[in-house]
Amino acid sequence: MFIGVDVGGTNTDAVLMDGNQLAGAAKVPTTADVTSGIVGAVTELLGQNPAGQIDAVMVGTTHFTNALLERRELSPTAVLRLCLPATQLLPPLVDWPEELRQAIGGQTYMVGGGNEFDGREISALDREGMREATRDMVRRGFRAVAVCGVFSPVDPRHENEAAAIIQEEVPDLRVFLSHENGRMGLLERENAAALNACLGDVARRTVQGISEALKQLGIDAPLFMSQNDGTLMDTDFAARFPVLTISSGPTNSMRGAAWLSGITDGIVVDVGGTSTDVGALVKGFPRESAVAVHLAGVRTNFRIPDVVSIALGGGTLVTPEPWRIGPESVGYRLTEEALVFGGETLTTTDLAVAGGRAEVGDRNLVNELDRSLVERAVAEIRDRVETAVDRVKLSGEDVPVVLVGGGSILLGNAIAGASRVLRPEHAGVANAIGAAIAQVGGQMERVYSLETGGRAEAIADCSAGAAQRAVAAGADPATAEVVEVEEVPLTYVPSNATLVRVRAVGNLALKLPAT
Amino acid sequence: MWQATEDVLAPIATGAGILGTGGGGNPYIGQLRARQALRRWGPVTVLAPEEVPEDARVVCVGGIGAPTVGIEKVRDLQSYHALRAIEDFTGERATALISNEIGGSNSVEVMIAAARAGLPIVDADGMGRAFPEFQMKTFFVYGVPCCPMAIADEKGNSIIIRETITPAWAERLARAATIQMGCVACYAVAPMSAEQVRTTAVPNTLSLARDLGLAVQRAHDTGGDPLAAILEACPGRRLFSGKVVDLDRRTTGGFARGTVAIDGLDEYAGCRMVIDFQNENLVARVDGKIICTVPDLICAVATDGGEPVTTELMRYGLRVTILGFPAPALWTTPEGLAESGPHHFGYETEYIPLQVEGA
Repeated sequence: MFIGVDVGGTNTDAVLMDGNQLAGAAKVPTTADVTSGIVGAVTELLGQNPAGQIDAVMVGTTHFTNALLERRELSPTAVLRLCLPATQLLPPLVDWPEELRQAIGGQTYMVGGGNEFDGREISALDREGMREATRDMVRRGFRAVAVCGVFSPVDPRHENEAAAIIQEEVPDLRVFLSHENGRMGLLERENAAALNACLGDVARRTVQGISEALKQLGIDAPLFMSQNDGTLMDTDFAARFPVLTISSGPTNSMRGAAWLSGITDGIVVDVGGTSTDVGALVKGFPRESAVAVHLAGVRTNFRIPDVVSIALGGGTLVTPEPWRIGPESVGYRLTEEALVFGGETLTTTDLAVAGGRAEVGDRNLVNELDRSLVERAVAEIRDRVETAVDRVKLSGEDVPVVLVGGGSILLGNAIAGASRVLRPEHAGVANAIGAAIAQVGGQMERVYSLETGGRAEAIADCSAGAAQRAVAAGADPATAEVVEVEEVPLTYVPSNATLVRVRAVGNLALKLPAT
Repeated sequence: MWQATEDVLAPIATGAGILGTGGGGNPYIGQLRARQALRRWGPVTVLAPEEVPEDARVVCVGGIGAPTVGIEKVRDLQSYHALRAIEDFTGERATALISNEIGGSNSVEVMIAAARAGLPIVDADGMGRAFPEFQMKTFFVYGVPCCPMAIADEKGNSIIIRETITPAWAERLARAATIQMGCVACYAVAPMSAEQVRTTAVPNTLSLARDLGLAVQRAHDTGGDPLAAILEACPGRRLFSGKVVDLDRRTTGGFARGTVAIDGLDEYAGCRMVIDFQNENLVARVDGKIICTVPDLICAVATDGGEPVTTELMRYGLRVTILGFPAPALWTTPEGLAESGPHHFGYETEYIPLQVEGA
């Protein structure tokens, strides 16, 4: 049996899956420390449902996405590029939303270093410049630094050496190297490293909290975190690369929604407490983003589901003067702070109750609300969701829309562009179900010379490696299959060197191999 | 005459990406670089070809290198450095600049140099699309000398190619220098006259790129079909729609070469399109039969949004639609085809013009 847990901004959900059957579900409010929410949900789940042996626990969390969208708990992060004299016209963080850039400190450095496409140095690594930049970061109070060298996926030595110099100068400055997350595309890779760096603190705290929570419950099973692509990763990896979990919530929610509704092609709208994610289902899987991916307005180039995320959920703050819905949310404090629960904060949930859409809390507490205000809010919420639905569509045709998530009470059954609106049973725990049915992935990346061996051999070799890694990560060998092959030619030299990257996934083997 | 300001950069990037026929670099990077340049040095005046003063000295500038390198070692002010180098060598000051190539990132290279130098640019270019080689410009086909030319990198190196026996030699020498310079160089060609610009340049291509981009933008804003909007802004034909299933890509002799295979969806289900590319898309076949070749434009766009998809962004699973546009008239004469037709790229097939209704 598996336990799937989803830590949302508002609720923590847990489900028990017995093979392909939903054997139980529990929902408790998310807590400030995250940990006690998980303890509460799993305790309630196991209290109500007799469980046999737990083979694995899978956790998906939207915590990092929310941190970015709300620009809170971000570590002050400097960005250092090894590039001079090249790439000066577009300095690091060049296209970030101004508020997010300010939130992480907005400090960037460019020093001599980096490589050419063929591995030559653009210039020697400017060690003295590195040391000066590092000292300046410390003076300015930075605690993390993202380092990105031009062509570091081809030759990571400058980045590695830069890390060593930084650690020598300031041992406790945390360093994130772009090649570790490494795809070609300087700005996008640099952005991903900066996002990993600024989320470092919140990621470590969250992952530690979850591990401790499970130990407290006496669950002796491997813990996995959900990744953006719907596969699982271990907790150490998740703490180093929080960006790889950043869209796991939407992925899990969409896969769970597909599983629950039986709809394999359509649109999933997942309304949480803090944000709403809208994405397209194609054959039961989230459609992956086609060209470039933006996280909180930051351009990256790793693959995530093509989801439009808006800062609107059941706990989103509404201010009448001046008129504003969000982006702040009371999140997990909804049941204390919202008017219908006797609190003093006006939230979208209060307006949904006042507008007759939902029945939660005490309706009498929102009787005094101005009707025009209520109508305006209900219309704006629907309008924002409809716009998002329209953005993820493949064509102008009406398609089924599946509503999931606790905040879906904000929405009625009339949504422009929907052929029908489904609210499947257990929709409130779609995220947790999606986490529990996630697969295990393995990725292999190697440089091959296509002159000496052929392309087919290179891909076959890399595919075998990826499948092996998926199996090592816990995939059933019989189900491990290649889902993605990517080739990046690296040089102009006659050997025709090409970077081949293959991703394989498989179902989690019921009995995990001994680790 | 119009002003190229920050707000037209996004539409131009989209339109130039479409006209880039798969090559020409990453439009996002180019757009961002142009934005930085305009913010720093102010907007750029765009002159219609007929507005270019008789005594004008017009320098063609452009990028030379590999798109796969350009997304990593992002270009700086190489085009400005090349402009200054050719001015120093010829002893003539430029009074206006013209783009080498409207397709892809190159469409903004001229804008960056113009913003930095405070010069106007001409609404025209030497290709009306994108092509992989320096000498493949309508200017040179119709008698404008390609030398002397200057090539500059981002490090402070510049060289002059004083004279070559053919434009192809200029390409060969420039390419060799570019590879040594790290594959993101820029060049500037000795000044042209107003008359030469008017008779040998593909006219009004910067406004065409802008209008294509605005059409896609408007379709997004109004919920319209972006593919239909593109075809309305520039007469052409939908050739194929499907999902990328295979990509064979290698960098040889300085070019990204390869093929992309697309399995048809919807009305194209059961068919497979294979596109050969050399930086740009050269030949499109459906089930083995050639349906479109250079110099006609073979353009891949995202099926859902209409955004251009360059060859380096092609990957397994992508949903793309392939659009075809007829080549500019300067390319379809015998002299034009000799430089840009299928034979030039080693194909035995003859050029058969793409038939487009209403074009």
